[in-house]
Amino acid sequence: MNDISLLQHYWWFLVSLLGALLVFLMFVQGGQSLIWTLGRTEEQRRMLLLATGRKWELTFTTLVTFGGAFFASFPLFYSTSFGGAYWVWVLILLCFVVQAVSYEFQLKNGNVLGTTTYRVFLLLNGLLGPLLIGTAVGTFFTGAEFVVDKAAIAQPAMPVISSWVNPLHGLEAAMVPQNLMLGLSVLLLTRVLACLYFLNSIADEALRTNCRRRLRMESAFFLLFFLTWLLRWLCGYGYAWLPEDGYVYLEQYKYLHNLLAMPAVLGTLLIGVVLVLTGMITGLKGWHRAIWPAGAGSVLVVLALLLCAGWNNTAYYPSSVSLQSSLTIANSSSGLFTLRTMTYVSFIIPFVLAYIAWAWRALDRKPITPEEANEEH
Amino acid sequence: MEPIDTSLVDWSRAQFALTAMYHWLFVPLTLGLGIIMAIMETLYVRTGREFWKQTARFWMKLFGINFAMGVATGIILEFEFGTNWSNYSWFVGDIFGAPLAIEGILAFFMESTFIAVMYFGWNKVSKRAHLASTWLTIIGATLSAWWILVANAWMQHPVGMEFNPDTVRNEMVDFAAVAFSPVAVVKFCHTVSSSWVLGAVFAVGVSCWYLLRGKHREFALASIKVAAWLGLIAALITAHTGHQSGRDIAQYQPMKLAAAEGLYEGGNAQGLVLGGLLRPGADWTAPSDESKFLFHVEMPYALSLLATHEADGYVPGIRNLLEGGYTLPDGSTALPAEEKMARGRKAIAALADYRKAKDEATKSAALTTLRENFDYFGYGYLNSPTELVPSVPITFYSFRIMVVLGGYFIALFAGLLIACKWLPSWTRWKWALWIVVLTIPLAWLASQAGWVVAEVGRQPWAIQGLLPNVAAISRLEVGSVQTTFFIFLVLFTLLLVAELSIMGKAIATGPETDKPTA
Repeated sequence: MNDISLLQHYWWFLVSLLGALLVFLMFVQGGQSLIWTLGRTEEQRRMLLLATGRKWELTFTTLVTFGGAFFASFPLFYSTSFGGAYWVWVLILLCFVVQAVSYEFQLKNGNVLGTTTYRVFLLLNGLLGPLLIGTAVGTFFTGAEFVVDKAAIAQPAMPVISSWVNPLHGLEAAMVPQNLMLGLSVLLLTRVLACLYFLNSIADEALRTNCRRRLRMESAFFLLFFLTWLLRWLCGYGYAWLPEDGYVYLEQYKYLHNLLAMPAVLGTLLIGVVLVLTGMITGLKGWHRAIWPAGAGSVLVVLALLLCAGWNNTAYYPSSVSLQSSLTIANSSSGLFTLRTMTYVSFIIPFVLAYIAWAWRALDRKPITPEEANEEH
Repeated sequence: MEPIDTSLVDWSRAQFALTAMYHWLFVPLTLGLGIIMAIMETLYVRTGREFWKQTARFWMKLFGINFAMGVATGIILEFEFGTNWSNYSWFVGDIFGAPLAIEGILAFFMESTFIAVMYFGWNKVSKRAHLASTWLTIIGATLSAWWILVANAWMQHPVGMEFNPDTVRNEMVDFAAVAFSPVAVVKFCHTVSSSWVLGAVFAVGVSCWYLLRGKHREFALASIKVAAWLGLIAALITAHTGHQSGRDIAQYQPMKLAAAEGLYEGGNAQGLVLGGLLRPGADWTAPSDESKFLFHVEMPYALSLLATHEADGYVPGIRNLLEGGYTLPDGSTALPAEEKMARGRKAIAALADYRKAKDEATKSAALTTLRENFDYFGYGYLNSPTELVPSVPITFYSFRIMVVLGGYFIALFAGLLIACKWLPSWTRWKWALWIVVLTIPLAWLASQAGWVVAEVGRQPWAIQGLLPNVAAISRLEVGSVQTTFFIFLVLFTLLLVAELSIMGKAIATGPETDKPTA
């Protein structure tokens, strides 16, 4: 493992996989955004929150690990994006801060803010979390307004190497329709997945009927937004770079070219789309386990999109104001030694996935009943 | 080019300090209470007594309330390295990012997976699987502490890296040196054992409150015994590792030691200040005719012994560290701060030359100059030697608060164990019970004071000797950071109030150990 390029590709794969798993696990957020839509009675709302409450920490941890892995493998992204798109990331963090306490506090005695406040926090996290993350990820394809100048470190008066040009510090991303469309697609996908997850994990016929009804509408809107985004993504410009000297340039149909140049990624995308559609259709027909094809499909689709963002000589975090400042997996990664060390650590991931699977199965073997939802945890 | 606004540095520091201090209200209780509840559940599995199960469940309930707040504040802390310290994130991200990523993969997933089994799995997995989940939850939390403390220790004493002028950053060359640095090992043992002390103080405090109220007597006595043993052992470990930590500071961060001791003029055979009052308004960056203390009590030779293992060993004071000229342990002469700054500026200029150079000869010459002066690279960003002096009053008093309270906790736990064994009537001494109850906030005070010494004492450095705060920040408007500072302040305070209210109610309700089992 002495080839840094191989390790950069491997780590981009791992970061993409974490991102893809995060999108799947955000069914928790989707579920939170549907608390009052699906849960008509207090008992139903309790069942919904118990179902997502068993999983919220996994989603949260995946987000934190996604951040940590990005920091370790591509520190220039961490430095440029977090330090520049300040307000977007702060808003995302605030959404997750209020979520972290809400499950634990909402039904406890002495809860001074009241149950409804915490549920509103969960609703906000459910709506804004996926929307903002999706919009922020949209800039991977449309670009962001930053300049990187590594020589600045040798200027003691102003040694900061990354500067954000737009005073909105990231909020401007929400004004780009393509970004917003991706944000809405992610939000709607999480709501689709949430409906499917509830069908599988809650034994209450009235609630299941609500989920199926909701699934139809959410799926239709998701497909509308996502397919529109996908079409524009395939037909639009992308940011390519020359491996010889790292020169970045705009290329039309770049992402389409990427898919054609990487048949395995194209296959992953197509299989993912088929699985998501299968999950939606079978879920609508009443199959309780439809979350699994839809979930696996979501992971594959997001993985393929993120691989297209970084592989095949593509700038994964393009600068729309200074093309040559764009970040690629080659110019923003950690060094060979760190990537190699981290790669050895990554071999533990299958073991981590195995115990997560064990715990998931142990807790979800039997669907949640109204009686269980009324017990104190 | 517009220079850095120093108030941006101050507000960025304030925001990080705010987040870190709030985070540290919850983490030590998680680590300490986690061990106590796991011991209780182990006793349940070994004895089969329902009493232990209910005891464990009660502490678990408090653990869960607290854990949520630790998670909420922790996520902000991790991402603040990027949002507010973006230059830092690039300059040392190659080294610093790795422990954070490993923390996520190894520790966070373990914690978050098994905590769900711990809370929701009582009737879904076997007794032993549940016990394993409880232990794995706390092991995950402790592993998380390991990796974040490795990262912090590296900032206090950077090792295992080399500067790469092409990428303009430091790059890791020895993972073992970073992950198992002696400074990190000591820091981990000191921090985790002090967290166990805090958990134990909390548990004995709550239990004594029940004794005062005449409620849950069996539960209270059992909890006191378990917690006092844990607390005593942990407090002794904390004292021992604190001593080792002091030696590390003497070696790698002598300015921090000088500030913690209020030592302006160093020398041989230095005494340790046991207590005293600093003269208000004293200028610690310049000599003065009057003493910088109003009064103080010293233990002769003790500081030299602590720092050098020799009663007449030399310990530099603030003036010596600024002016240099004393002999270092390796026999060389310490440079004055002005000289270090000049060499730092030379290193920075050489880096600029290296990057601009068109031919190999110029590049090579610039690289040689850079390497010769790189040890002082961070000093090149400073404007005055006085910037090297941290706040002496904050460091001095925090250090004493920590040490005095540490000693008090040892006496408290020993006293409780003696009382439980030989003085059964102690539970009727209201004054004694009140002392234990009122000790609860002191555990937090000691814990926070420890971090204040560690972090305020190393100013102005983000990374000791390598990168000062002023060169580590993100380029943001001061107004943005001020706004988020107050958002976090209000939000964290609100959530803290909410937590305290829920915690208070849960404690008032008490364990279910007195209820007949079905």
